[in-house]
Amino acid sequence: MWDNTIVKMLLEGTGATLYMTLVSTLFGYVLGLPMGIVLAITDKEGIKPNTFIYKILDFIANIVRSIPFLILLILVIPLTKAIVGKSYGSSATIVPLVIAAAPFIARMVESSLKEVDKGVIEAAQSMGAGTFTIIWKVLLTEARTSLLVGVTIAIGTILGYSAMAGTVGGGGLGDIAVRYGYHRYQTDIMIVTIIILVVLAQILQGLGMMFSKKLDRRHV
Amino acid sequence: MKEKEKLLEIKHLHKDYGNGPVLKDVSLNVHKGEVVVIIGPSGCGKSTLLRCINGLEQIQSGKILLDGEVITENKTKWSEVRQKIGMVFQSYDLFPHMTVTDNILLGPTKVQGRDKKEAEAEAERILERIGLLDKKNAFPRQLSGGQKQRVAIVRALIMKPEIMLFDEVTAALDPEMVREVLDVMLELAKSGSTMMIVTHEMQFARAVADRIVFLDGGEILETDTPEKFFTRPKTDRAKRFLNTFSFHMERERGGKAI
Repeated sequence: MWDNTIVKMLLEGTGATLYMTLVSTLFGYVLGLPMGIVLAITDKEGIKPNTFIYKILDFIANIVRSIPFLILLILVIPLTKAIVGKSYGSSATIVPLVIAAAPFIARMVESSLKEVDKGVIEAAQSMGAGTFTIIWKVLLTEARTSLLVGVTIAIGTILGYSAMAGTVGGGGLGDIAVRYGYHRYQTDIMIVTIIILVVLAQILQGLGMMFSKKLDRRHV
Repeated sequence: MKEKEKLLEIKHLHKDYGNGPVLKDVSLNVHKGEVVVIIGPSGCGKSTLLRCINGLEQIQSGKILLDGEVITENKTKWSEVRQKIGMVFQSYDLFPHMTVTDNILLGPTKVQGRDKKEAEAEAERILERIGLLDKKNAFPRQLSGGQKQRVAIVRALIMKPEIMLFDEVTAALDPEMVREVLDVMLELAKSGSTMMIVTHEMQFARAVADRIVFLDGGEILETDTPEKFFTRPKTDRAKRFLNTFSFHMERERGGKAI
């Protein structure tokens, strides 16, 4: 049964999973990073407190995060169709993945930025640094270790979500696991896909942590 | 001080965090080139006073003027005002992910838009003067507390502020590192910088100050020359405060006798 077609399918599945995960993480940050920055600075302890904006973003983040991913997949099908042209396959999965990941990423960015020592921010303010300089030179620079840990967590989470999308024809390893392992009772293939997913998660996690440590200047 | 140009005027300043006043009707003028040292017990509002001057704290009423312009209004452009007010903090607050040079250059290059080469040359000149040139590529964690604080002073100085605020800058330092920081400040005072210093180092205060301001319970109780304040304080509160310091000295002497 381990003929070329199966190996090829598994390789393609791995590729599709990586594609979905990495592209979704990228777009997740395109939306989530600015949202997280705004959440961090408009908080009442932030550098530009604005209760109104904070409350709105806070509300959006909470709503999206409280919708189970499987439901979200189905809920956003019209949007997916409008953007990608179809509602199944790897590219189509990216839309709900990004929508689910962005608020979660925003929350992680927010908490990373809030970890930056207040004294350091005040030091920047006291030399007249503007909001943009503080965000760019102080908040993002000083939080970069924590932000990278966040990226690692985000990739891991999105990897898991992408496999879940397999149940509704999302493509990738999750799709293979469902079709072969569940519908055709080929447990061995399912186990192989699980192993590949675990290995992927380990590699991505390891890489993320390595970069994060490399960029940390706070300790010897 | 003699009749000199008023650089900073604080008028009837009132500050409240919401649970009782921290500063009550504080009025104080600082003239150009003057060194004012603020002393007083912990929690008396010394640090808060400094933080109000550069807008890190909101005030409830009163006025602060810098160069004759009110800086405590809603339309105050703090970014511009703060470039004229250098501040050094107790906990150094260097940027941990930047080298010494980058820490110093952030203000001049990113805030003031100065040429990087020119600013870097100046940074190196000042670092050399205080004996830290060999640390220019070091990260803050590689420095001792005293070195960090001297870098923090350079970081504020390079902006060429009109007045420097020092908020208990030696309070977090090991005793043997206090001196190197105080020496830098003494040199600054000699070179004619206008400074407001909050400190618990009484001998230093006496040596560096043109004027001592004694603050207690959010009020200025006494303002005098260091000579008069330390030898003949006018209020009982100041006498008691100064006594707590001499008490330690008597014990030391007693210890030696045994």
